[in-house]
Amino acid sequence: MKNLTRRILLAAGVAAMAAAGGATTAAQAADLSALVWCDHSDPNLLKPFEDANGIKVNVKEFEGTGAGLAIIEQSQPGDWDVMVIDSIDVRRGVDKGLFAALPEDQLPMADIFPEVLMDATTKFDGKRYGITEKFGYNSISYNNTKVDAADMATLATLLGDKYKGRIAIYDYYLPVIGIAAMAIGKKTTELTEADLPAIKDVLLKMKANSKAVTDVVASQTAIATGEVDILVGGGEWVTAGLARENPAMDFTIPKEGGVLWSQSLAMFEASKNKDMALKFIQYVMSPEGQARLATSSCYWGMPASQKAALSDADKKILRFDEQPGFLARAQPYPAPDEALDKKMQDIWTEMLQAQ
Amino acid sequence: MTAATRSLAPWASVGPALAWTLAFFVLPFIAMAAVSLAPQGDDGLDLDNYRQFFVNAAYWRAMTNSLEVTAMVTVVSILLAYPFAWILAEIVPERWQRLALMLAVLPFWTSYLVRSYSWLLVLAEQGVINAALVDLGLLAEPVQLANTRLATVIGFVHFFVMLLTLTIFANLKQLSPNYRKAAADLGAGPVRTFIHVILPLTLPGIMVGAFLTFVLAIGDYITPQILGGNNELLMPQLIVMQVGRRGDFASASALSLILMAVVTVAYVACARWLKIERA
Repeated sequence: MKNLTRRILLAAGVAAMAAAGGATTAAQAADLSALVWCDHSDPNLLKPFEDANGIKVNVKEFEGTGAGLAIIEQSQPGDWDVMVIDSIDVRRGVDKGLFAALPEDQLPMADIFPEVLMDATTKFDGKRYGITEKFGYNSISYNNTKVDAADMATLATLLGDKYKGRIAIYDYYLPVIGIAAMAIGKKTTELTEADLPAIKDVLLKMKANSKAVTDVVASQTAIATGEVDILVGGGEWVTAGLARENPAMDFTIPKEGGVLWSQSLAMFEASKNKDMALKFIQYVMSPEGQARLATSSCYWGMPASQKAALSDADKKILRFDEQPGFLARAQPYPAPDEALDKKMQDIWTEMLQAQ
Repeated sequence: MTAATRSLAPWASVGPALAWTLAFFVLPFIAMAAVSLAPQGDDGLDLDNYRQFFVNAAYWRAMTNSLEVTAMVTVVSILLAYPFAWILAEIVPERWQRLALMLAVLPFWTSYLVRSYSWLLVLAEQGVINAALVDLGLLAEPVQLANTRLATVIGFVHFFVMLLTLTIFANLKQLSPNYRKAAADLGAGPVRTFIHVILPLTLPGIMVGAFLTFVLAIGDYITPQILGGNNELLMPQLIVMQVGRRGDFASASALSLILMAVVTVAYVACARWLKIERA
């Protein structure tokens, strides 16, 4: 964001705080303050750490890196200790000088699936600023009692008429644009503005076959209630948590591939509690923490650590043993520069408005 | 009391309100206007964030969608609320009116979010409405009601009928029965009396409710997001989309100010009916 915007937002935030009578922030009242995605708010994940260290972890949820960075810009330095962030967006925090380097020698780097270390987006000048904690795929979720699994082996099915009106599209432009790119044989890492017209055509075909374009909660609701049978952009994060009670909830990675998503933990440079922040990261990356994070009540996902202490049943739901094959077919999240990102969002907007 | 003290007294009484407005409306408004002029990826000021609204058909479409949905919601809500308010004011015995009003606003007591998700379940293919229509043999198979513009309008109307009922009911109760007696004395029948006497006199109540409906509906994000299924975007959804991942507050601010300009135009159009003192 531009300097002017940042200054104005900061000034507005400070003014609002002053107007509120200098109320103490929630962050100041807590022992550890974390900006997180909803999977980290699960008491099943936090309580063992809080009990072991005799502290309270104060969490604030956000959706979207832009929204997270806006919260930081309106906070005081030191308000936050750790942050969950899209692995591809760690650089945005580093460029702003927000994150501290993480001591790799004190973290279980060797336990992490090598394919999700994401060094290109989490490590700069030889220093690690983000550590992958959880990952998964944006591919296809489906109801295996209503959809032929063989049809889900290729993205071409989504563009045909067979399942017209029984499809929902996950409402996040980057991964679904990645899927659309794969459908026309493009690599997600090589996308340029010249590819956008062809990608837009694929998106419009998907939209014509779909019933709705749904956010996280609505995606889970739509497929769980039978409103739709297929979710484009879904994956284990949609169906794994539901599969315990409903084995019909399934996901696959078609032959063209799926988009690999991953989330990282980062520690704030201005944190006043760096020792505890590192302890928290170490806990989340421990076998126990990884298992609890992977099966969080908000959404499931693959633990980054191969040593996660998951039960055999949960490993089966997450297709733990199939990960080598999945990872070989997966492509990275599209990571456009700001100009291309804006254009991608614009073609997404056009797709949403198409009737 | 000195002359100076007397001249300051009015300012002292409105001071808190002015300070509140300055701190929580004027300053944020100025900040938002300044942010909206920040160019994409550069320092300085320009109008590009406004230009994109007028040159990008998908952005412009969000505004026309918002206006269409809001107009539908306002008209349908008035058509449903007026007879309801009339029945409450004229037919329901006075001793039961308080209870009837309370029952009318009962849905306000539940969370707006919960109410929207409830409608989603009611309108779903396996929801109550489709199941009833199929069971009655009126439909061969369920139709798509959820995730449509119709669902958004239904969700809005459910909320705003209550609001309009209150404003129209209050207006009806203020009307002196002498107006109707005078019209009858002059030979007007009930229909003529309603069209030429009652309706014009209750227009302020209708317009206040209609304006509130318009303002609240056109700026609402939750209902279209949950019930519309993102099959079309309205302005609040387009604004939120700018912030989500990209954190593009400049575009979001520009779109917000454009939306605010539309609300201002609506206010000007309704201003003659929104005066506190009736002319």
